[in-house]
Amino acid sequence: MARALISAVLAALALVGALAAQVVLAGDAQGYVKAGSRAATHGACVEPTQYMRRHHMDLIQHQRDATVYQGIRGTRHSLSGCIDCHVGPGSDGHPVAVNAEHQFCRSCHEFAAVKVNCFDCHDGVPKGGPLSESAQSAMDAATQQGLGRGAADGSVRSAREGQGQ
Amino acid sequence: MMKHPPEGIDQGRRALLGVAVGVTTAVVAPGLVLHAAALPSGALAGAQGTGPVTDSVRWGLLIDTSKCAGDCRACVDACDRENGLDLQTRPAGQSARAWADQKAVWVRKVKLADDLTGRVTNLPLMCQHCEHPPCVDVCPTGASFKRADGIVLVDRHTCIGCRYCMMACPYQARSFIHEVMHDQLSRVPRGKGCVESCNLCVSRRDHGAPSTACADACAEAGHHAIVFGDLKDPGSAISQALKGSPNRQLREDLALNTGVRYAGV
Repeated sequence: MARALISAVLAALALVGALAAQVVLAGDAQGYVKAGSRAATHGACVEPTQYMRRHHMDLIQHQRDATVYQGIRGTRHSLSGCIDCHVGPGSDGHPVAVNAEHQFCRSCHEFAAVKVNCFDCHDGVPKGGPLSESAQSAMDAATQQGLGRGAADGSVRSAREGQGQ
Repeated sequence: MMKHPPEGIDQGRRALLGVAVGVTTAVVAPGLVLHAAALPSGALAGAQGTGPVTDSVRWGLLIDTSKCAGDCRACVDACDRENGLDLQTRPAGQSARAWADQKAVWVRKVKLADDLTGRVTNLPLMCQHCEHPPCVDVCPTGASFKRADGIVLVDRHTCIGCRYCMMACPYQARSFIHEVMHDQLSRVPRGKGCVESCNLCVSRRDHGAPSTACADACAEAGHHAIVFGDLKDPGSAISQALKGSPNRQLREDLALNTGVRYAGV
């Protein structure tokens, strides 16, 4: 019976070991996510982590074309969504650009030796919001009065609600 | 040959398997539960999606030059703030004059003086959002394009900075970014080597805001010289104004059918 118990414990250890290897891999991914960023409080990205690792660029590019050509501003796969969620605070509490040294985008791209040029044009820190303050106040006023452009013809396109910026 | 009796179940083996499963479950299950709990509730929910823009609208501006004050720059300043143009910095060593020529500008104040009569007309000049835009005709990469709702804009991802569109535009409405940029606004990305121009506050359009920064600022300054709206909606303020009083396109001889119209010129 003692031998049986030892065998049982060994079998259990083997199973746990196999699972632990997966956890270590996942922990490796977590290492790039910066403490203090919104991403660090979530267990998963907008898609499963493994999928995001391999395909995030395709998702961002697809969203990019939909936004530029069709005006679709969904946040799910947008670069600004990535930045909003992954930007972390520096030692002074101010947000540090996601493409700065040791930050989320840069550290992984350096490890993978892949150049990232999103940030030639996009800033790595959320700034200004999707609407300027004046636009936001104009919109609020229009909504309150029910006079929003298209309130009658239904062409008002729903604003991004609260997410991030 | 010895044959196991069917009723002789090996109880030791059964116990071993039972213990192994129990131990594994005890170790792994909390992890799985925590992992499931860690999934953000909203992260995988559907996006607050907005559909693609359609040609059921055509955005445009009507500018009443008789209401435009010569010394007022409210529209220009508002445009600069809205679109992050005020975040451009003069490169070291460049003269103020060269910088004034070179920095990106989306709205220009233009003064027209009639030599014969002495009459002076002021007007803001920006991209005219042509139905048949020459900039789109000449673009070698397809970066310059017209959106379904009539807004002419540049896909910076495809722009190679050849500046052919700047040559083609009869209104000198386009600017080129000469220097590396930092601290751009999230709603208006901008980088070295691309051409850009007025996009009728496209971010506002996509979020359903009622007007443009220039029109708002002009109204706030008390002039009400700029009306923004849908040219295809006969009931809109801009359509009513266009129908009700004389107005024209700049360089109408080019037959571009501009989305920006002027009264009093």
